[in-house]
Amino acid sequence: MAHVRASRVLPGFGLSLGFTLAYLSLIVLVPLSAVVLRTAGMSLADFWQAVSSPRVVASYRLTFGASLLAAVINTVFGFLLAWSLVRYRFPGKRIVDALVDLPFALPTAVAGISLTALYAKNGWLGQYLEAIGIKVAFTPLGVLVALIFIGLPFVVRTVQPVLEDLDTEVEEAAASLGARRWQTVRRVVLPALLPALLTGFALAFARAVGEYGSVIFIAGNLPMISEITPLIIITKLEQYDYAGATAVASVMLAASFLLLLVINGLQGWTDRRSAKAP
Amino acid sequence: MRSGAARFEANTATRDPGWVKAVILAGSLGFFALFLLLPLIAVFVEALRRGWGVYLAALAEPDALSAIRLTLLIAGIAVPLNLVFGVAAAWAITKFDFRGKQLLITFIDLPFSVSPVIAGLVFVLVFGAQGWFGSWLSAHDIKIIFAVPGMVLATVFVTFPFVARELIPLMQAQGRDEEEAALVLGASGWHMFMKVTLPNIKWALLYGVILCNARAMGEFGAVSVVSGHIRGQTNTMPLHVEILYNEYQFAAAFAVASLLALLALVTLIVKTYVEWRSAEVERQGEAP
Repeated sequence: MAHVRASRVLPGFGLSLGFTLAYLSLIVLVPLSAVVLRTAGMSLADFWQAVSSPRVVASYRLTFGASLLAAVINTVFGFLLAWSLVRYRFPGKRIVDALVDLPFALPTAVAGISLTALYAKNGWLGQYLEAIGIKVAFTPLGVLVALIFIGLPFVVRTVQPVLEDLDTEVEEAAASLGARRWQTVRRVVLPALLPALLTGFALAFARAVGEYGSVIFIAGNLPMISEITPLIIITKLEQYDYAGATAVASVMLAASFLLLLVINGLQGWTDRRSAKAP
Repeated sequence: MRSGAARFEANTATRDPGWVKAVILAGSLGFFALFLLLPLIAVFVEALRRGWGVYLAALAEPDALSAIRLTLLIAGIAVPLNLVFGVAAAWAITKFDFRGKQLLITFIDLPFSVSPVIAGLVFVLVFGAQGWFGSWLSAHDIKIIFAVPGMVLATVFVTFPFVARELIPLMQAQGRDEEEAALVLGASGWHMFMKVTLPNIKWALLYGVILCNARAMGEFGAVSVVSGHIRGQTNTMPLHVEILYNEYQFAAAFAVASLLALLALVTLIVKTYVEWRSAEVERQGEAP
């Protein structure tokens, strides 16, 4: 591109890029590489033993299973919430719209103790759930509740702008061709929203997998039952088992990188979809 | 405010039947109330359960005050650092073309997808007793892990992308023309930045700083790993909440938590105001 030369009239390229790379390396890349290098220094047998002990495997099952379920639930209700915010008029809409971001702003420890108080045996919700035989606090169900809380805004905020920019002409055309409202939504609207829905799902899932603060209060943290993988890392660290903590962390990091790649791909798809609309 | 719902409700092709609207609103708002609104209200109700006296006493306690001070100190270091970084990164990425730009953006987003626990762990691996610099640091009597410097580093890590993320899409959309014109007209680089770039990005910048600050003050997992959990010394507000809660001092735990919840509410109010302002600016820009 001939544009490259011309654009260099602006000052500060070397300084800003140099500072960016140095700061990025110092704060993020070099420290993260410590996990990779430490893990590479372990023998394969030690590594395998650390990452595949029954207690650790049970924690993967809980962490990834609950995250997946929470992301599915958030995709459904996040879509409904985005739909309500974009398509309907109702009182208090401004407040709902602003408060959707609460999980981004509320410290996870605060969310954790608050959800625990709500769902504990004598809590506002817990007392009624307990009466019909459902225990939430200190069970895997509690983990699910916490992960739903922290993941919801990801779906709403990914779907909402796409839904706003969606051209109503397509819906009008479908309606004028005799499609029922439900057919229009299923055949026209939902396919157009699919990339955004999947992106929101993946973002909520990725966030839930690494979550710690909001979960540990409500989970009860029983080994094999309600212990999440990030807690396993902390427990190993507290026992000075640095190698074991690092090995489990490297498994989680690999999962995060994989998810990051998937999310980047999905976001590219969403952007291209939105850009195609005239 | 995203108005325009009236547009959909007035159009027969995009209007949902009344009962559908009622069902969807009941489902979505019920879910919202159950999972977002109720936990927020519960914080304040639990905090005041034993009255204002207990509430205020919990906040005036020396350990609580020192936790508040430490939280302010850590945010006071982490936020300005990431502000400078965010502006520099956004400037390099949006005003120039170079190879590997997409990769750089992905790397900047990396801390968002790393578990906070791992964010703490990496600094233990680098600066901890068994870490890369562990023996050198202990020989020189410098404490980073289980001390304030480690907590600052972990906070900088988890809040790393916030400002850059807000600025990059905006500055990408704004392009380079205005800055180039300023230079052609004889402005110095600094003058151009202060008079042209900064006014253009100020709302996004404020938004990024506010989000960065909320996360810096509220971070729990990463800071917990590198904190020594020493009362009055290495406890931030979220860590203090945990200690009080685990000691069954629920009213005190929720009292400190309510301050953090207020911070979250202020953050959301500023965010809503900033969005409203930038929508306003956009509308004025579109007017002939």
